[in-house]
Amino acid sequence: MHATGKSAGELSVGGPSVRGMTDAIVVEGLVKRYGATTALDGVDLTVAEGSVLGLLGPNGAGKTTVVRTLATLLAPDAGRVEVLGLDVGRGADQVRAAIGLTGQYAAVDEYLTGYENLEMVGRLYRLGKAESRRRAGELLERFDLTDAANRPAKTYSGGMRRRLDIAASLINRPRVLFLDEPTTGLDPRSRLAMWEFIAELADGGTTILLTTQYLEEADRLADRMVVIDRGRVIARGTADELKAQVGGQRLELTVTDAAVLPGMVERLRPLAVDEPNVGDQGRRLSLPVSGGAEVLVEALRRLDGGTAQIVDVGLRRPDLDDVFLALTGRAAEEVAADDPTAEPATTGGAR
Amino acid sequence: MSSLAATLSDSVVITKRNLIKVKRVPDLIVFATLSPIMFVLLFRYVFGGAIGGLPPGVSYAEFLLPGIFAQTIVLGSTTTGASIAEDLQKGLIDRFRSLPMARSAVLVGRTVADLGLNAISIAVMALTGLVVGWRIHSSVPEAIAGFAVLLLFAYAISWFMALVGLLVRVPEVVNNASFMVIFPLTFLANTFVPLESLPSVLRTFAEWNPVSAVVQAARDVFGNTSPLAPTPEVWSLQNPVLYTLIWVGVILAVFVPLSVRRFGSAASR
Repeated sequence: MHATGKSAGELSVGGPSVRGMTDAIVVEGLVKRYGATTALDGVDLTVAEGSVLGLLGPNGAGKTTVVRTLATLLAPDAGRVEVLGLDVGRGADQVRAAIGLTGQYAAVDEYLTGYENLEMVGRLYRLGKAESRRRAGELLERFDLTDAANRPAKTYSGGMRRRLDIAASLINRPRVLFLDEPTTGLDPRSRLAMWEFIAELADGGTTILLTTQYLEEADRLADRMVVIDRGRVIARGTADELKAQVGGQRLELTVTDAAVLPGMVERLRPLAVDEPNVGDQGRRLSLPVSGGAEVLVEALRRLDGGTAQIVDVGLRRPDLDDVFLALTGRAAEEVAADDPTAEPATTGGAR
Repeated sequence: MSSLAATLSDSVVITKRNLIKVKRVPDLIVFATLSPIMFVLLFRYVFGGAIGGLPPGVSYAEFLLPGIFAQTIVLGSTTTGASIAEDLQKGLIDRFRSLPMARSAVLVGRTVADLGLNAISIAVMALTGLVVGWRIHSSVPEAIAGFAVLLLFAYAISWFMALVGLLVRVPEVVNNASFMVIFPLTFLANTFVPLESLPSVLRTFAEWNPVSAVVQAARDVFGNTSPLAPTPEVWSLQNPVLYTLIWVGVILAVFVPLSVRRFGSAASR
């Protein structure tokens, strides 16, 4: 993780200077309903000017709805939603002039060339002809698209389209940038390149709200995180704070055959300090434990005679996946489904 | 920049964007012009001999061409709906809506570009028509007025289709749905056959159908009628230009504000 938050006070990008830790984004009690469905049920979050917020959550949690509301595309049913001190409803045009949005799908016109796409967006930001052309050229260079500048975007790869899309959202030098799953569907190399671009922008002082399903991505790019599930915030803080919520070491175990895992879970349960998580189609077990190497030795002793199926075993510090699973409770449900006789870990120790 | 000037400038940018697509996908223009040529030739030579009851002194080619003009450009304006649905699906409308641009510009740019395509179609059809025996018997200003009435009507239909595209959101469905409306509308009219040949209920519908008025207006202005032809019995066909302009005004007054409003809350999902 890089430290963009530190420089927030000194840097000001486009517009009046901002002193101290002003919040560039303020969301309070945001509610959004679609008919009988409540997509957002009272979301609160703030993003300090110049910092990066990672908005995490499973599919359908409401991440995109938050972004669309902030980007003036959706009207909230209740709550306060402000960008740079402007209400997204009443001040929509001023908000639009100051933000950039990159949605989940690269919104580029595939019949236009890369250059024409950027020039068009510049003109629609009312930058004027000359400035639009200059910015288009600059951004094509910065995003490594100069060679493809005069080819229709139809011919671009997924990674190139995504870069062009981000370039389009930067034409107006936005002070606040919304990135909705910017690396979904990208190959690993393009993803790394995208991370570098985002980190550079953050270092330049742009306030960024980033949604993602990849915890590694949030861990790497975001200063702070907000985890939402079913339209509600279920956790917030820095990566370290979130990890601290989950606790200490985890014993991890991967087996070749999912059928043997429930038995192992039962034998290891006395060592657990919290509910175990089973993932990877029932082949991977993650068990919160306290203590060090002796726990690992004890675990292997308990599994004595049944270790032939184990392909990987070890202790590790929790990562955001553990945080996520612990918070959303999805993994606990999976364990219950796999093993209907499972008892709570606290009583298991008495056996 | 004043808000009107800004709206115009945004609309010009969007129109340009839409016309670039026509340049990059020449198939669009090829098929937009081939199908009218096909229609002209089919009706002229296949049905031409079989359709009777024409006003004395008017050849079927002369009778037919204004009808083909009207049907083709009304069909042509359905592309407005499909294109807008496509932009919605691809997330482009989201992009446009997140920009500080005029709300109406995307729709104005779209309808104006489609008007341009329709103008090309009509030019191709007119040339084909001249080859198969159609003639304009009036003056140049009258001829221009005739084409203008046709294109104006098509432009109004484009705004109706824009709303359909924003509501339906799936290009293929927009196309199918619009055929369901456009085909009866263009066939239950004086487009290809004289109204006298229709049974009475259909005939009343056809007499007040705005497409009939557009066709009648074009025939009158191009001089594709005959002094020997009976005077139409209904007001709509006695004053086809006025009746058409009333329809254009009503369609625009209703569907421009509705479409622009709908655009303001349009979402791809």
